Amino acid sequence: MSGPTPVLNLTDPPEAASGRLPPEGAPPVDGRSPIHGGPPIAVPAPSISQNPAARAWRRFRRNRLGFVSLLIFCTLVALSLIAEVVSNDKPLLVRYDGQFYFPMVNEYPEKTFGGDFPGPTDYLDPLVRARITEGDNWALYTLNPYGAKTIAYYTPLPFPSPPSRENWLGTDERGRDLLAQLLYGFRLSVLFGLALMAIGTAVGVITGAIQGYFGGRTDLAFQRFIEIWEAMPELYLLIIFSAIFAPSVALLLILLSLFGWTNLSNYVRAEFLRNRQMDYVRAARALGVGNGRIMWRHILPNSLTPVVTFLPFRMSAAILALTSLDFLGLGVPPGTPSLGELLAQGKQNIDAWWISIITFLVLVVTLLLLTLMGDALRDALDPRKADV
Amino acid sequence: MKPLLEVHGLSVAFGGKEVVHGIDFAVAAGEKLALVGESGSGKTVSALALLGLVQNGAVTGSAIFTAGEGEQPRDLLTLPERELLSIRGREIAMIFQEPMTALNPLYTVGDQVAEVLQLKEGLNAREAWNAAVEALRATGIPDPERRALAYPHQLSGGQRQRAMIAMALSGRPRLLLADEPTTALDVTLRTQILDLLSDIQQHNGMAMLLITHDLNLVRKFADRVAVMENGYLVEHGPVADIFASPQHPYTRKLIDSRPVRDVEEEPAAAQAPVMQARGMQVSYPIHLPGIKGWFRKGEFVAVRDAAFSIAPGRTLGVVGESGSGKSTLALAALGLMPHRGELEVVGSRWGPDASRNKAIRRVVQVVFQDPFSSLSPRMTVEEIVGEGLLVHEPGLALAGRRERVIHALQDVGLSERQFPALLQRYPHEFSGGQRQRLAIARALIVNPTLLILDEPTSALDVTIQKQVLKLLQRLQREKRLSFLLITHDVDVIRAMAHDVVVMKDGDILEAGTVRQVLDAPRQEYTRTLVAAAS
Repeated sequence: MSGPTPVLNLTDPPEAASGRLPPEGAPPVDGRSPIHGGPPIAVPAPSISQNPAARAWRRFRRNRLGFVSLLIFCTLVALSLIAEVVSNDKPLLVRYDGQFYFPMVNEYPEKTFGGDFPGPTDYLDPLVRARITEGDNWALYTLNPYGAKTIAYYTPLPFPSPPSRENWLGTDERGRDLLAQLLYGFRLSVLFGLALMAIGTAVGVITGAIQGYFGGRTDLAFQRFIEIWEAMPELYLLIIFSAIFAPSVALLLILLSLFGWTNLSNYVRAEFLRNRQMDYVRAARALGVGNGRIMWRHILPNSLTPVVTFLPFRMSAAILALTSLDFLGLGVPPGTPSLGELLAQGKQNIDAWWISIITFLVLVVTLLLLTLMGDALRDALDPRKADV
Repeated sequence: MKPLLEVHGLSVAFGGKEVVHGIDFAVAAGEKLALVGESGSGKTVSALALLGLVQNGAVTGSAIFTAGEGEQPRDLLTLPERELLSIRGREIAMIFQEPMTALNPLYTVGDQVAEVLQLKEGLNAREAWNAAVEALRATGIPDPERRALAYPHQLSGGQRQRAMIAMALSGRPRLLLADEPTTALDVTLRTQILDLLSDIQQHNGMAMLLITHDLNLVRKFADRVAVMENGYLVEHGPVADIFASPQHPYTRKLIDSRPVRDVEEEPAAAQAPVMQARGMQVSYPIHLPGIKGWFRKGEFVAVRDAAFSIAPGRTLGVVGESGSGKSTLALAALGLMPHRGELEVVGSRWGPDASRNKAIRRVVQVVFQDPFSSLSPRMTVEEIVGEGLLVHEPGLALAGRRERVIHALQDVGLSERQFPALLQRYPHEFSGGQRQRLAIARALIVNPTLLILDEPTSALDVTIQKQVLKLLQRLQREKRLSFLLITHDVDVIRAMAHDVVVMKDGDILEAGTVRQVLDAPRQEYTRTLVAAAS
């Protein structure tokens, strides 16, 4: 054994010993070990080569908790992406007087179904409901017959109303169905988290790569810039900007992106600083490969481990940031379904326990799933982990 | 008389996979036993197992340790941790390969030696410090009172290893386990450290188990030798017998793994040199201390006033120890570091313009020392080897490129027949020697005329080293390549080089043909180098 850390090397044997390929200069063709009387060496059938990403994926799948978290999270996201056909105040399909109607696609005036007004139909109105379901007529409602902004006018209880047969998780203080709110709010949070994560990662990787690869003055100047940038009071700026501009999701995304990239940028910079010293980069430079190509093809793939490891954590941080801002009233415009706004309602209506507890649970489960996935991902990408 | 240590059926397994398969050996008091083998042969694990230092592993067998006449024999492998603690350091001590990582960087060397003395000998702080200084003096460190106050990074490699030895010997052990004690040191230091160990060993009557891959060292130093291969102990006996008549084929292979000279010896026809340097100087910027450093940078001259030339189809060997500037010379020759003075590569010079340099890059290629860091772990063999074509022959279609890649791989002895789906494999699936072949293929694919070899075999086992050198010799003959061979190993120079340059501290001390320099060295330093290698 040569190497300063023998114990570590042993748990992760060099590939020559791990049986993927016959070790060089050794086993004779007859499959006998070169030692007198030694046991026969099984010459392994060479397997199809696996790239590093495939190996990491295999290790990720072996972590049951992380893998199950991923499955659950993906299911929830898929469910929220089709929220319009899961929770909507318009029926999917109506059969009225021998004709089919698609309320989700087309808007029909109430008169179509024998109502009194030329305005759009409210399919939850007991009168309309009775007309389109009597006799041969029928209507196929979604699983939860409330949309994100639907107000449950026809509930006999005062708002916020507790869980009931009409509103499975109750309503909020403005009479909107809580389940619909959570579903649409979760979708907004996840999509916002994904977008923020994508922008922050892209900016962080690009700036980190430039600093780390070119080093020297570029690095020095950029580092000082980041230090000044990070010293800016983020929350005050958010408050000021939300006072100047009309609050919108896009504005939030831009503002949070402005400050979200510095952390990752530093990690990527460190990786690039380390990897640009490696002999494979020197060899590429000796071959005359250009800077851009070296950064993209040689260094970046070898510097992605911290980036990928941080993705779930960054996403949970983004979701939490959005929730906090909404809670403070600085987030998405009023009326948009959001977890933070529901939490704020829960705080104002302490007696309406269902609002705060259920929203809290949704938030906890989301963040927990992301954290578990992040842990599993970190383990899967850890180069020191044995690869079985 | 019972031997000091009697090992019987020692096996070590990690996660159900056995890496040491029941080895037997014995060490008598005052004896020097060498455990020889290549990397992965299980020699270090076997030694660590004796001291109960194997983590996450299952150790079976017995290791009977009898401290002296009339002492109770004890089985090291079944002793409880508490009793092992009293044996480690006092009865059996260990020194490691890399003294930089074996010493704690946060404590002075004196503190670290004194700590052992306080723990093992029960001395108070003042006595322990004095004893530590004495221990350092005994290992030949100059000015031990001052050196004891130094931190590990302030000492040179040789001094650090001496400090390690002082620490190991401070408990007056009966058995010293030395794991590659000289591998990380320069050749001239190796002899000194071995002489020191020899002196101390004779003086104290201590036994030694020397773990090494270096047969020269075994021949000079050990009484008996045990050869390990893939976790089996294949042969053991007195050093003289084993070297005179090795029985096992593996031992024979190890013994004649010394590289063989097989190069074109005809004097080169008068042709324009491939590379020529005159008055070449390479320097690094360094930080100046204090306020001065804010405004300007100092300069460290790594290569001073170098002059050499390489003829077509010939090899120029550059030999020197670490810090001699030989690797810097290689980087400058590759145009990866700026230099002053003259350096001509087939008639042109490196300039600041990347697109003009591209033409020269095609002519000069490189193979680095460490086959593990010289190939990107996330690229396939085809991508790695074919990269040069993308740069220098961008018009080549995919099929043509693949053809050339396969051809280059065949040149270095790698084929689809040996490794199915070779082109789609990743570097981690290859051993050190195979990776080095890939690195050579990557350099050869653009048909260079000069190959810069920066310690091409230093990270490889001896038997693999021989194969790679053979490959390089063949390629030189077939393709009329010139080599700039940079190495610390005089054996490699002897096998490969036509002309030699000896470097020390950035200066070229001596230059000439391989015969002149190695057989009749003019400089004292060259004589030491050559003597240390034989």
